[in-house]
Amino acid sequence: MGLFDRLKKGLERTRASLMGGIDNIFSGGKVIDEESLEELEELLISSDIGVKTASGIIESLEQRKSDVKKAGSPREFLKSEMTDLLGRPEPLVLFGEKPFVILTVGVNGAGKTTTIGKLASRFTQEGRSVVLAAADTFRAAAIEQLEIWSQRSGAQLIKQQAGGDPAAVAFDAVEAAKKRGSDVVIIDTAGRLHTKAPLMEELKKVRRVIQKAMPDAPQETLLVVDATNGQNALRQAELFNQAIAVTGIALTKLDGTAKGGIVFTIKRELGIPIKLLGIGEAVEDLRDFDPKDFIDALFG
Amino acid sequence: MLESLGERLEGIFKKLKGRGLLKEQDIELALKEVRVALLEADVNFRVVKDFVASVKEKATGKAVLESLTPGQQVVKIVHNEICQLLGGTEDKIKLAPNPPTVIMMIGLQGSGKTTTSAKLARIFKKEGRRPMLVAADLQRPAAVDQLITLGKQLDVPVHFTRDKMSPAALSSEALKKARLEARDIVIIDTAGRLHIDQALMVELKEIKEKTSPHETLLVADSMTGQEAVNIAKTFNEEIGLEGVILTKMDGDARGGAALSIKAVTGKPIKYMGTGEKLDMLEAFHPDRLASRVLGMGDVLSLIEKAQSAYDMAEAEKLGKKLMAESFTFEDLRDQLKKVRSMGSIESLLGMIPGLGAKLKNVKIDEKEFVKVEAVINSMTPSERRNRHLLNGSRRKRIAIGSGTQVSDVNRVVKQYVEMKKMLKMFKGGKGLRMPNIAGFR
Ligand SMILES: Nc1nc2c(ncn2[C@@H]2O[C@H](COP(=O)(O)OP(=O)(O)OP(=O)(O)O)[C@@H](O)[C@H]2O)c(=O)[nH]1
Ligand SMILES: Nc1nc2c(ncn2[C@@H]2O[C@H](COP(=O)(O)OP(=O)(O)O)[C@@H](O)[C@H]2O)c(=O)[nH]1
Ligand SMILES: [Mg+2]
Ligand SMILES: [Mg+2]
Repeated sequence: MGLFDRLKKGLERTRASLMGGIDNIFSGGKVIDEESLEELEELLISSDIGVKTASGIIESLEQRKSDVKKAGSPREFLKSEMTDLLGRPEPLVLFGEKPFVILTVGVNGAGKTTTIGKLASRFTQEGRSVVLAAADTFRAAAIEQLEIWSQRSGAQLIKQQAGGDPAAVAFDAVEAAKKRGSDVVIIDTAGRLHTKAPLMEELKKVRRVIQKAMPDAPQETLLVVDATNGQNALRQAELFNQAIAVTGIALTKLDGTAKGGIVFTIKRELGIPIKLLGIGEAVEDLRDFDPKDFIDALFG
Repeated sequence: MLESLGERLEGIFKKLKGRGLLKEQDIELALKEVRVALLEADVNFRVVKDFVASVKEKATGKAVLESLTPGQQVVKIVHNEICQLLGGTEDKIKLAPNPPTVIMMIGLQGSGKTTTSAKLARIFKKEGRRPMLVAADLQRPAAVDQLITLGKQLDVPVHFTRDKMSPAALSSEALKKARLEARDIVIIDTAGRLHIDQALMVELKEIKEKTSPHETLLVADSMTGQEAVNIAKTFNEEIGLEGVILTKMDGDARGGAALSIKAVTGKPIKYMGTGEKLDMLEAFHPDRLASRVLGMGDVLSLIEKAQSAYDMAEAEKLGKKLMAESFTFEDLRDQLKKVRSMGSIESLLGMIPGLGAKLKNVKIDEKEFVKVEAVINSMTPSERRNRHLLNGSRRKRIAIGSGTQVSDVNRVVKQYVEMKKMLKMFKGGKGLRMPNIAGFR
């Protein structure tokens, strides 16, 4: 199965409802009228895209009549509008001096550790050496969880005891990677709600301390967002970004029925690119995010 | 950013003037904003649609209350409706007549099942019961260790296996053991699963068959978006639920998912999780969630609360007192108690339109209020009625008695005097207003 097919399969249910819906609304040459626009709004909202972004999309469908005609159909027009919203593909690429440090953050239960496990095995399969930092020292058995992923992926694990200082673990990991000449360091952090100031300060400290070991690090700060989340994901992106400058988003749990529409709004309002998609709990269930593929998969 | 409904309604309040009966056009204008507020709070769009329609029906032709604008009145109706939809205040977990009571926790990945299982065990243990936890999540890496760790923290036994075994077999083994060891509560933590994952849904059915749980609880993340309806509906139809626990309420999610879940399952929300620590599980309050879903600036619930806290007779009595200028420290203390019984000061202030936005970053020190009460409590009855008695030595005694400083006592006296002045200003006006709470800082 090709990459696109797998993504498509992962997004099948998403596609079925969103696409089927749009096709139904504008089927048989039905015109753009109040009723069809209302249906479209509901469809967009049901993807968690948010009222504002949905209204924006509908407004352009309503007003740019000649563009709609040029696109051939309302459906094609929507497709290209929504692809534009997501911008160019910006995959996670390694660059610069070794090691490439990825700091992974997000709210509780978003899928950070799992995404790290999948990423680690992607890198090791590419022949790179990976160090994982067990800097979630708070949640019960978080270290053991990452340890299992390090075994699955063949990555090195740097850990201390539970309850320890996360910044110290992250520092150790970067130092160890430097010493060993490893290619990548991925730092797991404890899930935290973006509203908790002391916990956000803790993240800032983790970053500061990493920079003592390597001034350019972290080259990537990945915010993990659960696609099942609604509008709150925008707040998450806003506040995590404010605290530690997020460079990319990994959208997880897209194998469910949730559509993760909020990423359109996150991209629109904050300009943070979506880089990775999670479509399951197994090692291979990680995809690069490509706006065109994403929309194609959504629209069929 | 999300504007609160209160902030948005301020705009409408300006447009809507006049009293009398609620006109359809007023209602529509207000309901448009209500719809957006509910959608922004992640209430499912179908639920919103039904909801708005039923509010419209209820609101049309209703008399506008003297104290409210038509816009406010509509929101008041909305608030009431949400409370009603969310159901009664307390719906505790029902214990089985023949122990052990079996509780099965189910839900999506990462929703908070394991943590909440431990939180429940803690509550039961504190009640003097003998809970047991079952680590039936054999899916997620280190899930068993997670529960074992939490069990140790609570000193609650955890039944688990390191062998290949089905979660159903493990659970029924746990039940047997619980009977042998006279455990009266068995809480089964299951693996997170997508509601559309057929294989894993079958696994849940097997556990259910083997253990016949008295309560099957859906653990749902308060940040959940539009899909909450499908998730809850599927779990309820395929597995069957007795109730719901809403987690991660300590964040700033508006929690509209709760409405969606209640609307499609009809099952009560029994608890809410308000933190990662094990003592952070609270009873669910529909009225608080209603205010939260509608946004902080919910002036209506303030008015409503004010109305209920000051019943008419009492209001009259207080009014008379004001006329007679006999407002005492005792009255001040009563007022403070009432204000505080309405909820946290911060949330109360947030309900005042116009203040919501300004107060966003202001922390109000609830301890101040406790201090004021303490100071008044340390006065003698005659001091409470006559502030002129409060000379230096009396103030010193009060400070010592209330564990405060003389400067605190001085401040309370000053605030009392100011408040009295302020109340005098209302004397000429009609009806009773809320005291100027902010003046107490
Ligand atoms: N179906 C599905 N489940 C996922 C995906 N990503 C993660 N999960 C599951 O979601 C749950 C939480 O994932 P974790 O990786 O532990 O999340 P986390 O953000 O590290 O959680 P905390 O450390 O507890 O804050 C686990 O049960 C994962 O197996 C995904 O893409 N699809
Ligand atoms: N802030 C907050 N975090 C919570 C709450 N309940 C659970 N969590 C966290 O959410 C994450 C997932 O919880 P867990 O119990 O492992 O979920 P499970 O996968 O459903 O068993 C963990 O990081 C928990 O610490 C809550 O009420 N508030
Ligand atoms: Mg984790
Ligand atoms: Mg669990």
